[in-house]
Amino acid sequence: MEQVKTVVEMRGITKRFPGIVANDNINLVVKKGEIHALLGENGAGKSTLMNILFGLYQPEEGEILINEKVVQITNPNVANDLGIGMVHQHFMLVEPFTVTENIILGNEPKKGMKIDIESAAKEVAELSKRYKLMVDPMAKIEDISVGMQQRVEILKTLYRGADILIFDEPTAVLTPQEIHELIEILKNLVKEGKTIILITHKLKEIMAVCDKVTIIRRGRVIDSVTVADTNPDDLAAKMVGREVNFKVDKTLATPKEAILSVDKVTALGNRGVNALNQISFDVRAGEILGIAGVDGNGQSELIEALTGLRKVQEGKILLNGKEITNHTPRVISESGLSHIPEDRHKRGLVLDFSMSENMVLETYFYPEFNKGGFLNYDAIDKHAAKLIEEFDVRTPSIHTPARALSGGNQQKAIIAREVNKDPDLLIAAQPTRGLDVGAIEFIHRRLIEQRDKGKAVLLLSLELDEIMNVSDRIAVIYEGQIVGIVDPKQTTEQELGLMMSGGKTIQGGGNG
Amino acid sequence: MNSKIRNIFLADSTLVPLAAILLGLITGAIFMLAGGFDPIKAYGSLLDKVFGTSYGFGETIRQITPLIFTGLSVAFAFRTGLFNIGAEGQFIMGMLASAYVGISFDLPFIIHAPLAIIIGALAGGLWGAIAGYLKAARGVNEVITTIMLNWTALYFANFILNAFLVPQGKQNSEPVKESAIITIGWLSDMFDNARLHWGTLLALIAAVVFYILLWKTKTGFELRAVGLNPHASEYAGMNVNKNVMNAMFIGGLFAGIGGACETLGVFHYMSIMSAMPGYGMDGIAVALIGGNTPIGVVLGAILFGILSFGASGMKFGAGVPVELIRVVIASVIFFVAAHGIVRYFIKPLLARQKEES
Repeated sequence: MEQVKTVVEMRGITKRFPGIVANDNINLVVKKGEIHALLGENGAGKSTLMNILFGLYQPEEGEILINEKVVQITNPNVANDLGIGMVHQHFMLVEPFTVTENIILGNEPKKGMKIDIESAAKEVAELSKRYKLMVDPMAKIEDISVGMQQRVEILKTLYRGADILIFDEPTAVLTPQEIHELIEILKNLVKEGKTIILITHKLKEIMAVCDKVTIIRRGRVIDSVTVADTNPDDLAAKMVGREVNFKVDKTLATPKEAILSVDKVTALGNRGVNALNQISFDVRAGEILGIAGVDGNGQSELIEALTGLRKVQEGKILLNGKEITNHTPRVISESGLSHIPEDRHKRGLVLDFSMSENMVLETYFYPEFNKGGFLNYDAIDKHAAKLIEEFDVRTPSIHTPARALSGGNQQKAIIAREVNKDPDLLIAAQPTRGLDVGAIEFIHRRLIEQRDKGKAVLLLSLELDEIMNVSDRIAVIYEGQIVGIVDPKQTTEQELGLMMSGGKTIQGGGNG
Repeated sequence: MNSKIRNIFLADSTLVPLAAILLGLITGAIFMLAGGFDPIKAYGSLLDKVFGTSYGFGETIRQITPLIFTGLSVAFAFRTGLFNIGAEGQFIMGMLASAYVGISFDLPFIIHAPLAIIIGALAGGLWGAIAGYLKAARGVNEVITTIMLNWTALYFANFILNAFLVPQGKQNSEPVKESAIITIGWLSDMFDNARLHWGTLLALIAAVVFYILLWKTKTGFELRAVGLNPHASEYAGMNVNKNVMNAMFIGGLFAGIGGACETLGVFHYMSIMSAMPGYGMDGIAVALIGGNTPIGVVLGAILFGILSFGASGMKFGAGVPVELIRVVIASVIFFVAAHGIVRYFIKPLLARQKEES
């Protein structure tokens, strides 16, 4: 039998950053034609390792072999020449340009003085067909979906002749349907002789598509195994370093009176058309209401309308029986609503503020922190130190800027701040997006803890698993309306999927 | 202790501007050599002009003072995420308003001078707030409006001067009343009649106020939050628009006081202007070199004051055209902005520091 060729080998890679060793003597072997997963928590060093392979960083120690030859990858151009392509988590595309223009950018085929866009478009179309990517070469980036944009990134690497494709957290921005399609694309790529390295912390994806998995924890390789010989529990334990409980432990909810009542609310989206269409539902004290739906069905607008960040055109929002429709965010927040925003970098934190300042972002004007217009930084620091300890936020110091923390710890800090306000209603929008297993577990526990304390919790998530596991009732949102409210114990993913795509409506469910 | 001081001077934020200044001076020297001048003699006579006589030294302080104010004005707005190109116009409005109060009112010194300064400050503040309002209410970019307001201020001031304050056929207004003058007589005498005034002290106080306001108060917390992340500030319940207006108003106050002190402390009258005084534009550079911190602004203003006042010394001493100092200043700004280049030059120094620590 012919031995399968090793296409990538990294030996004894060590990379230090001030204060931490990001990669500590890492060895990685990737064979031709395999999908190799790099599994690890946020900050474990996966991305650093791949940035070294792509030439963005230089390792302090160790060597890299491509196709069994030692190479020096000093910059991404060298990586390109060696046939290494990278699909970044945050796309690097010029929005007003077409797909073809983006793909040839920096590498334009010329016909005399002119860019030969026709032949480039033809080549892109051929590549797209060959790998079943179904991308329109002449579409503008700003007009196509996120999933399509990712395919453009894939095409970009293929166009440049990549044989080894690195994907950095490719599913973080995709909807369930798009994830499904991406997995098919990955399989096609391998069939065509490409080799894929997948950076991820999602076990489900690894089980679905990968051949081998290398687990990295705190900069070290813990293990490298064949996916067929392992299982998610085992992988999770290796990744986190302890047993992980996937099942969310919780008792039966004992819901009481309605805390939040949304009554026939209509609001415009950013494009000036109705994003919310007479939406109505209640959230009761002592329950977690999960809102399931495909991205872009009004979830973001709903949260903004509830928290005062978006104007409501019609309808009423009541919190504890008091009307808060179109009140300012400050008034609503002070009426007993806390909000874990879906985009923690955009809304949740001032990244260049210290942790200490971030912990009082909504409460700095309280008498305990503010005397006659002057802030009492001693009290603020003490407050932050207390919360950070209580919620196990890992930060070098309370004076560290929020930017320096890992995603999981940033999220924990936001949750600490929001829960500490002791709200009657906690809105959690995609609270675990981009987080690792350990942090997800922690956050789910905190949400249930709030519920058990008799608070109302509204959970919005694009991850169906999360909705199914954590919610006491599930409301499905479709085109700005609740198309039904179901009991997670009596429903199936199929039924929810059908409702999410508008294929099924449960009448009268709107008021649950 | 020793190492502590060393750390201050070797910190990246200190080292980069210092290296930028050095590189700027070297670039200037290269230009001088190209023009057939002796750069060492030129820089020597520049320093001689500034430090050689007590008059020159006093006048340099006079030159530094308005730059501190306009530098603070730009830096303050910048901390709130706004680019205030309008310190020039706010400065002019401060000059005008204080001249008006100084000329038209008759009050005891203890009231008259402070009142003239306060009115000057408010005029500058309101001028800034116009741009703030347009940004908040209409979403107009403050860079555009502040530039336009600079010209508006220039011609508005000339109109008011012509119409009310300047006697027919003259270029200068009536002098302000004795009771509004803030020149420090005994200090000026000590410095050979250099025009020294209380404004310098006010400028240093303003730098302290700048620090306290931004980093110790509730208002400052909001201003900085809005500057760093308006979305998160909105989420946290802050009124972003109100803070934009506040920032432009306070920034304008600084420039306005600067203008008032110039009228009341230096000239004691106001002239019809054919061009802008230029302190506002230099204030942008001062803020940039100073890294938008109050201490940095004061140091940046000192550097600018020395360079621009000493420039005429270069002319006398070494025959170097005054304009060449602008090449030096521009190079310094270039190197501060392009700190990547500077880091490249000082890399060996930084590397050594790392090894030792």
